[in-house]
Amino acid sequence: MEMLATPAVSSKKKIWFMLRQQPTMYVGIAVLVLLTFVAIFAPWLAGMSPVEINPLARMKPPSAEHLFGTDALGRDVFARVIWGARISLVVGLAVGVLSVVLGVLIGMLAGYFSKLDMFIMRIMDGLMAIPNILLAIALMAVFKGGLLTVIVAIIIPEVPRVVRLVRALVVSIRSQPYVEAAHALGTRTHKILAMHILPNLFAPLMVQATFIAASAIITEAVLSFLGVGIPPQTPSWGNIMADGRNFLSIAFHIILFPGLFLALTVLAVNMLGDGLRDMLDPKLAKKI
Amino acid sequence: MPYVLRRLVATIPVMVVVAVFVFLLAHMSQGDPAAVLAGDNATVEDVEKIRASMGLDKPLIEQFLVWGGNVLQGDLGISTSTNLPVLTLIHQRMGPTLSIALFTILLAVLLAVPLGTVAAWRAGSLTDRLIMLGSVLAFSVPVFLIGYGLAYVFSVKMNLLPVQGYKPMSGGIVEYFRHLLLPCISLGLVYMALLTRMTRATVLEALGEDYIRTARAKGLGSGLVIWHALKNAANPIVTTIGVGIAMLIGGVVVTETVFAIPGLGRLTVDAVLRHDYPVIQGVLLIASAVYVLINLLVDLSYRLFDPRMDR
Repeated sequence: MEMLATPAVSSKKKIWFMLRQQPTMYVGIAVLVLLTFVAIFAPWLAGMSPVEINPLARMKPPSAEHLFGTDALGRDVFARVIWGARISLVVGLAVGVLSVVLGVLIGMLAGYFSKLDMFIMRIMDGLMAIPNILLAIALMAVFKGGLLTVIVAIIIPEVPRVVRLVRALVVSIRSQPYVEAAHALGTRTHKILAMHILPNLFAPLMVQATFIAASAIITEAVLSFLGVGIPPQTPSWGNIMADGRNFLSIAFHIILFPGLFLALTVLAVNMLGDGLRDMLDPKLAKKI
Repeated sequence: MPYVLRRLVATIPVMVVVAVFVFLLAHMSQGDPAAVLAGDNATVEDVEKIRASMGLDKPLIEQFLVWGGNVLQGDLGISTSTNLPVLTLIHQRMGPTLSIALFTILLAVLLAVPLGTVAAWRAGSLTDRLIMLGSVLAFSVPVFLIGYGLAYVFSVKMNLLPVQGYKPMSGGIVEYFRHLLLPCISLGLVYMALLTRMTRATVLEALGEDYIRTARAKGLGSGLVIWHALKNAANPIVTTIGVGIAMLIGGVVVTETVFAIPGLGRLTVDAVLRHDYPVIQGVLLIASAVYVLINLLVDLSYRLFDPRMDR
């Protein structure tokens, strides 16, 4: 409404307006930018090797030399946590993007072609009936542990949720007069899907992708923590926490620091998602 | 009653898809179960013989039908790592998991619904903001960090509660609850956050309706007004309780590992580590069936809260 009252808003003013409206979103973005920077420059920032074993410095509490202390094998927890940022961010980004891409492809097929709809949605309903994390854990029994297989195991349970959302959107957009007009004019189906339907999916899917990324980061940590994810020697936050599992009373720092980084990252992604939702879908924002 | 029956029948295709998927899961694995069972010194004929005895030489469809038939009769197969029937294993490990799940739901609902209602009633106030901030935080902090944090503070440092383990109810009700308290709190926070947000949103919407204005206009006290709003906000809240069960099942797996509780979650993870497919299949089937049935109950309960649904 305010935008309507003042038609000529400079872009600078607009940015300020948005910043004031969504302060938490920009906090989230700032944290994520910082984490990305940390992940990219991990070899230089870590200072020490994340895998080098030092039997003389086992389970040392945090000190100037070892900022986050050392683990049961004498490895530097700070270096491991810094390197772990790479895995969490890659998993979040890959799962967020890929599950939305797959979900859009399958969901548009189901939403636009009623012959496929029944078949696809029954499969999706079935997949959705298996609890998320349980399905990812079970899939890891089939796959060999590794970054790529972990990503696949997390994507499979997420896709049906995207499909359901996309299908619902496509069904409602399909009956809009402009789509029917395009159809009547003889526009090819793939063109209708790409030019008239896909652009309308963009906003809700961006929000969805963010929330999927947040849950994917947690799921990867869970899988690694349980010992069925990334190979144990690789520094990922879930793995570091698993290493500290048996030393809770004497070396809590092994669990605390990767846990804090994990929580901070997920919080930042969720803040970004909340902000995006409020910005792109004001109607929904008022509800939740 | 035909409505209930119709809904029950509608869950069959879902469970069939789950069964097909769970069945194929074992077949997607690269390993040859017959070769594994036969051992390293087996000849090719030995392996073939075992394969035939397990029915693995039959077409996939036939194998599925045989397996599905057994499952329907309550035979989930034999665990390959312990040689015990899967159903026996699941039965042995069910107690702790059910205890955690039930008390977590109870705890979360009892706390989240009042919190969400207060947040909606005082929308925009500091109380509201604090409650919402808390729920965003609880949503982001992973179960294992909360679990270890609580265990470190209350068990290791203050020595108030046991660090780990599980005591069945037969070993004394006090010890039973002392062992359940921390797992349930750490598991329940995420669930609570979800429920609080949902309650706030739906109650807030209900408070804007005409009948609330009428109720206020005729001078009803705030307690009764809230009761009116809550009754009409019940359906989305109950839906969230049902949908959240999936999250809860995933969380139970982590909680059991954090607190070294020998439940179904630990059973699943151990089965995955040992490639014990019958156990994995059994747990997936049962967990999905429970999830589907709970959500069916949720759907059916709508008419309890909202007689308009009866058409």
